[in-house]
Amino acid sequence: MRAVAALSLCLLLAGCGANFGWYVVDPTTPGGLTNLRFMLGGFANTIVVSVTAAAISIILGLVVALPGLSSNRQARMVNRVYVEFIRAIPLLPMLFWVYYGLPIVLRSMGLSIPLDPFWAGVITLALSDSAFTAEVYRAGIQSIPRGQTEAARTVGLSYTQTMRYVVLPQAIRRVLPPLANQFIYILKMSAFISVIGLEELMRRANDLNSGEYRPLEIYSVLILEYLVLVLVISQGVRWLERRMGADERQ
Amino acid sequence: MPEAAIEMQGVAKFFGDFQALKDISFSVAPGERVVVCGPSGSGKSTLVRLVNQLEPHDAGTIRVGGRDVADPDLRGRIAMVFQQFNLFPHLSVLENLTLGPMKARGLERAAAEERAMALLARVRIPEQAAKRPSQLSGGQQQRVAIARALAMEPEIMLFDEPTSALDPEMISEVLDVMVELAEDGMTMVVVTHEMGFARRVADRIVFMDAGEIVEVAAPADFFANPRSARARDFLKRILSH
Repeated sequence: MRAVAALSLCLLLAGCGANFGWYVVDPTTPGGLTNLRFMLGGFANTIVVSVTAAAISIILGLVVALPGLSSNRQARMVNRVYVEFIRAIPLLPMLFWVYYGLPIVLRSMGLSIPLDPFWAGVITLALSDSAFTAEVYRAGIQSIPRGQTEAARTVGLSYTQTMRYVVLPQAIRRVLPPLANQFIYILKMSAFISVIGLEELMRRANDLNSGEYRPLEIYSVLILEYLVLVLVISQGVRWLERRMGADERQ
Repeated sequence: MPEAAIEMQGVAKFFGDFQALKDISFSVAPGERVVVCGPSGSGKSTLVRLVNQLEPHDAGTIRVGGRDVADPDLRGRIAMVFQQFNLFPHLSVLENLTLGPMKARGLERAAAEERAMALLARVRIPEQAAKRPSQLSGGQQQRVAIARALAMEPEIMLFDEPTSALDPEMISEVLDVMVELAEDGMTMVVVTHEMGFARRVADRIVFMDAGEIVEVAAPADFFANPRSARARDFLKRILSH
């Protein structure tokens, strides 16, 4: 929070110079207030698209990670191919492919599912992130000593029960910090969805700028908006870690 | 003749090119206490790990209570106590004991907890039920592990060097619990270097070296006049100090 304050202060002080036009986002003037409200209006879509994508990625990542830990070679291959392939696709090309290409693929399969920018964005972010989430899970699960699964087995637990009651509860504490990283990554990458027209933070900033042409001031505010979101997530995750005892050494 | 508790016929086990067990044929009668000893790398841990299918065997047959060891009905019937305890660190002591009975056996929570508390009393740590394993001493953790194994009401209990990770002053509290188990007639296979324990409770001692069973004898015989040179050598080394 102190960082936000310091950065805001620097920008404002610098803004006292003649070449800056902070009036565009000055909340004390009616015009500035309207502009600010317009920009802040992007929060809803940025948050909802990111949270939805993260929720899908957290589940999809686990589904992809589990075959990677199997003793079966084919299962491990499925995991490797998925991770290597998805990880190799840059986000923007994937977004275009999903938004413009996927409906054509679906139509050829007899499904007419129109993809709006929101869902195209969710699918792209979730898919792209799931390859990384899968690797996070794999590392977390592999860090649980083998004795744990052996002990679970000797008290009669099946594979699913062992995962659910013994391995995952321990692994989740260890993967929480890297999963938080992934969530922050999703949040920042959601700015790309502006190019297919979703009215999120980035898009709102662009729209405002094309009318006002005050890029320095407008994009400074935009950066602050992302900074606030990321700091809120960081604090939230730290709280969650404390609650789950993930910050303790075992 | 009653069904053998454990019956191994021509069992072999490889780890890559390394042959950990060679042509093991051996049986344990119900209620019998067998101590397995031998130098490290002799295959004794592998032997007990095969019996509860923590490792698959590569040749031969293993039957437990007349059933093939791969029979899914046997899951949870063969209890194991590990050198490193392997308690579940994210669960309380009580939950460590109730997890298997509730999830694998479908026992109600109340019944599982009642059984767990009785077992904790039996291993003399009922007051630790609400604690996490990490708050307990090594000896206490291993007693919890024994209680966790007993909670499954097993037919056989396997011990893989149960006291090797313990500080010397905690070894006896674990051995005392094991002696009581033996007196109650539990079928036990114990891999250990505790020769005092072996002398006291074992019906038979199995001496292994280089993946083979070299000698099987009653404790009195084994300690007084080991037949093989390898066993004499081994005993000299572990009993010399």
